[in-house]
Amino acid sequence: MIRCLVLPAFLLVAGMANAADYVNVPGGQFASVLPADATRADVVVAPFMLRREPVTNAEFLAFVLEQPQWRRDRIARVFAEPSYLMHWQSADALGATVLPDQPVTQVSWFAAQAFCESERARLPAWNEWEFAAASDATRHDARSDPLWREQILSWYSQPSGKPLAAIGGAANFYGVRDLHGLVWEWVDDFNALLVASDSRDQNDPDRLKFCGAGALNLRDRENYAVLMRVAMLSSLKAADTTNSTGFRCARPAAPVPPVATQVRGDRQ
Amino acid sequence: MNIRQCANRILSALLLVLMCTTAPAGPRELPGDSIYQLDIPLVDQNGHAFDLAQRRGKPQLVSMFYTSCQYVCPLLVDTLRKTQKALPAAQRKKLDVLLISFDPGRDNPRRLKEVFAERKLDASHWTLSRTETPNVRKLAAVLDIEYKLLPGGDFNHSTSLILLDANGRIVARTSKIGETDPQFVAAISRTLSAD
Repeated sequence: MIRCLVLPAFLLVAGMANAADYVNVPGGQFASVLPADATRADVVVAPFMLRREPVTNAEFLAFVLEQPQWRRDRIARVFAEPSYLMHWQSADALGATVLPDQPVTQVSWFAAQAFCESERARLPAWNEWEFAAASDATRHDARSDPLWREQILSWYSQPSGKPLAAIGGAANFYGVRDLHGLVWEWVDDFNALLVASDSRDQNDPDRLKFCGAGALNLRDRENYAVLMRVAMLSSLKAADTTNSTGFRCARPAAPVPPVATQVRGDRQ
Repeated sequence: MNIRQCANRILSALLLVLMCTTAPAGPRELPGDSIYQLDIPLVDQNGHAFDLAQRRGKPQLVSMFYTSCQYVCPLLVDTLRKTQKALPAAQRKKLDVLLISFDPGRDNPRRLKEVFAERKLDASHWTLSRTETPNVRKLAAVLDIEYKLLPGGDFNHSTSLILLDANGRIVARTSKIGETDPQFVAAISRTLSAD
């Protein structure tokens, strides 16, 4: 019976997808602020595709209308705390103060993951997000530039009471927008960032829940701009929502030739 | 099965869906805070496919592990066993143990079965299982277990024993490994006698 039902369900999902824009990010060897292991090795990021912009209120509204189990009045409590989408006027309308082009916030990790699945995508891994976000307009890795850091830090110091800007900031080296300066973003492995790099220390599992060990291994400690993200994401549980946490989605690199328009075509 | 059988089944499934949506919510409705809200297909050490929500009906001890783990995971199995033994004999059989692997790449049913045999686990209560990577991340999130894949193929992970009631709600948890946690055992005992 399962086999019979899978096919119609698949057709239904494939039919509803509307094309979001994804760009290629080449990946490569990368000095993450969180080293891959205790030897402080670089991480290797495989080529992937990243959503050009964060998911907006309008896009998330379309998603909950299509999959009503993710409406704020229907979502299972295990997947989101009560503040989920509570800034919207109602479960199925944004209202006057919530703009369609603002990034959606107050969404849990589970809801973000479900949205990405509806686009046949997933949340990016931290290292993927970090890789894409290391660039500025002209350089693939601008992180050592004090000006780059300063710009990002100045966003953190802005009061969070202000309404969020719409998406559509300047494109970075890869053509991705709004990685900095707009919202925090969920990543797939948000809850693994500070797990220690050596499990042999685990005979005392209570030891700071690995946080201490992870922190000791941080590379590039002056890079507060990036480490603030790590700290923020690590403080969250998967059902949590905050008024400044949104998300974007990622996909494995497109099959050869990796042309963005092909992916769009294949989704219609 | 042929096309007509298939069509019949789709029809009856649709009927079932209609009936379900019009029927009033009964006492059997799954609680919103149940981890069984997650739709997760698993495969056990015998290669049998099952859905996470099929564990509903009986309290469960749940944890996550991987078979090539040298340090904590053998200790985890020992601790689960000791915890079972710490319960009154009459209660022991009312509790099942479910372990899910962090490592779907290596932990196929054959490997799970080997470990099942090596550790002489009791097939009437223990299940070792695997699911695909995106589901592992969701399960870990809902169980609040942290894990990270290391470049060499090992995993770092926090280790917790988690008690689910018959409806899949998290009732208690402990990260005490090596010996039993008396408070955790007491919580299991209370849950089993309430059930």
